[in-house]
Amino acid sequence: MTPTREFLENLKQAPRHIRESMLRNGKMPETDRERSQSAFHNVFLHLQSVRVHRHSLRFAYTFGLGLILTASYLVLTLTGILLMVYYKPGAELAYDSVKDIHFVVPAGRFIRNIHRWGAHLMVLAVFLHMARVFYTGSYKRPREFNWLVGLALLALTLGLSFTGYLLPWDQLAYWAITIGANIANSPREVTDAIGITAWFDPGKLQKQLLLGANYVGQEALIRFYVLHVAVLPLALAALMGVHFWRVRKDGGLSRDETRPAPPARIGDRDVQVFAPNKTYGLMAVVRGRTPEVGRAPEGTVSSWPHLLWAEMATFMFTIMVTLALSYFFDAPLKEMANPAIPENPAKAPWYFLGLQELVSYSAFMGGVGIPAIVMAGLGLIPYLDRDPSGVGVWFGGPAGRRTFWQSLVFGLASVLALLTFTVNFGWLRAWYPTIPQIAIIIFNPATVIVAMYSAWSLGVLRRTGSIRLSAVALFTCFLAGFVVLTAMGSIFRGPNWQFYWWPNQWPTH
Amino acid sequence: MPDLRRRDFLGLAALWSAVVAMGAAMAGMMRLPKPAVLPGPLRIYKLGDPAQYPVGSATRLEAGGFFLFREDQGFHAISSVCTHLGCVVAHTEGEGFACPCHGSRFSVDGSVVGGPAPAGLPWLEIVLAPDGQLQVNAESQVPKGTRFRV
Repeated sequence: MTPTREFLENLKQAPRHIRESMLRNGKMPETDRERSQSAFHNVFLHLQSVRVHRHSLRFAYTFGLGLILTASYLVLTLTGILLMVYYKPGAELAYDSVKDIHFVVPAGRFIRNIHRWGAHLMVLAVFLHMARVFYTGSYKRPREFNWLVGLALLALTLGLSFTGYLLPWDQLAYWAITIGANIANSPREVTDAIGITAWFDPGKLQKQLLLGANYVGQEALIRFYVLHVAVLPLALAALMGVHFWRVRKDGGLSRDETRPAPPARIGDRDVQVFAPNKTYGLMAVVRGRTPEVGRAPEGTVSSWPHLLWAEMATFMFTIMVTLALSYFFDAPLKEMANPAIPENPAKAPWYFLGLQELVSYSAFMGGVGIPAIVMAGLGLIPYLDRDPSGVGVWFGGPAGRRTFWQSLVFGLASVLALLTFTVNFGWLRAWYPTIPQIAIIIFNPATVIVAMYSAWSLGVLRRTGSIRLSAVALFTCFLAGFVVLTAMGSIFRGPNWQFYWWPNQWPTH
Repeated sequence: MPDLRRRDFLGLAALWSAVVAMGAAMAGMMRLPKPAVLPGPLRIYKLGDPAQYPVGSATRLEAGGFFLFREDQGFHAISSVCTHLGCVVAHTEGEGFACPCHGSRFSVDGSVVGGPAPAGLPWLEIVLAPDGQLQVNAESQVPKGTRFRV
């Protein structure tokens, strides 16, 4: 072959060679073995394991919530970058630029709606995901640390939502920043009450870090913008990586390992494979429950195509839901920020209204104290409940199911009773106007409800002797409290945060 | 640790100096977001001739964030920023103040009578400027009940 012919031949073959070089094993796989290799050799596919347990693919076990979260994150990143093209983070410019995105920019309204609905979906899914993981006991050894990573992801998701709804610089945004910054300042309630503010003032430091000034303005907006578009998304992406990696390294999704696994499916045959009982040199470097070592592929199927199909279906579902909501319901944009007049009532998005109800008892307890107690309590769950049984079974079995229903009834009844009392009779300040603030910080409806729930959970512990059941009781109570307080803040609070059965009873003003 | 080898010691020293250097660098970087200067408008407001406020009047100064009252005993100014979480309270003649955000209530003299507010609404300093105008310093608080007589 002459050099010229070789050159021409290579040129002719170039498209095929480029295509082959893109996939490390050169072609689309046809057998299970080739599919495994394709997954190994592809940077995106190797995030997943090569084989996946049949149980992990059951929709009724996971409801696809983790995948819905991943899909929402991708949708939000993409639409967020698009919105950044037009959004201007200036106190004078922000409102008009969002208005332009809504009314002038081609497809701007739709993209903004998707961003907003994606965010709501993500917040909803993150709560449901946590409940699923909790009730199936999936936080137990060896998955304790991934539960902590998940909690950090929950906090970051809420942080992203909060910083996000400030950016339009409308009335909602302005008063949310004002309230948020003052919640950051609320440790002052405590330092003032014990008289040490002059020497130790963490509240002021937090407020200054958030606002960068003495008032809510340009400095605050740019800080929240940087948090929203850079700091928090990067932190979220990094922790998502850790979360996924730990899911795989901790042995895939949790399942009940006491039950015999169904046979593995290899090619188109169900095969019973037995675990190797030889010691491999590899064992010295790969320890513990890494799937490939010391375990047979029982109950597994090839990730390609089974897991890929499931993922694609969940992604399509997420996108379909966000698109449908975005088509029918526009993201709100209120009047331009007006520092002189708050809205009445000034309400945060639904997922913060439970907290808003709590801060209406005590700013420090509702905004800092109780959230910190709840996060600490959630974080400790896997380290307090060390009993390895009941993993992968909803509520851990019939006893847990019973505890769940009892705790749900108790949680709902007690929070409803307490709210009824508070709405009808007020609280300490209404009876003793001169009472010191520290008494209200320690004893208010929010702390009372936490005390009642803790007492109930301890009662379950004493009665059943099971830490797992008392954890189920506490988690269920807090879930009930969260739902009721959120409904209270969203539906039943009107002007001046007064109780009303229906919004049409609100006085006109 | 008597049997710490020289090589291990040097390795550990290098490791910890790297950790300390990183920590110091992070702390130094965190100096940046803590503002050295807190920008903000001057919060001293000139309100014109005292005579234009009749006895018994209540005036809301939106920009200043306070109410100006004139009664028989003299002038007083009460902040309109709720001590709970910073919303702006509304004033009802003879009843007091109410906050729209979380339902705090204050009496006519600014004391808390209900809701989550940890403290009463502060009274602000009033002086007569050299040019004869009434002047309120919204940064400076005075004890409750301090009246300013022209």
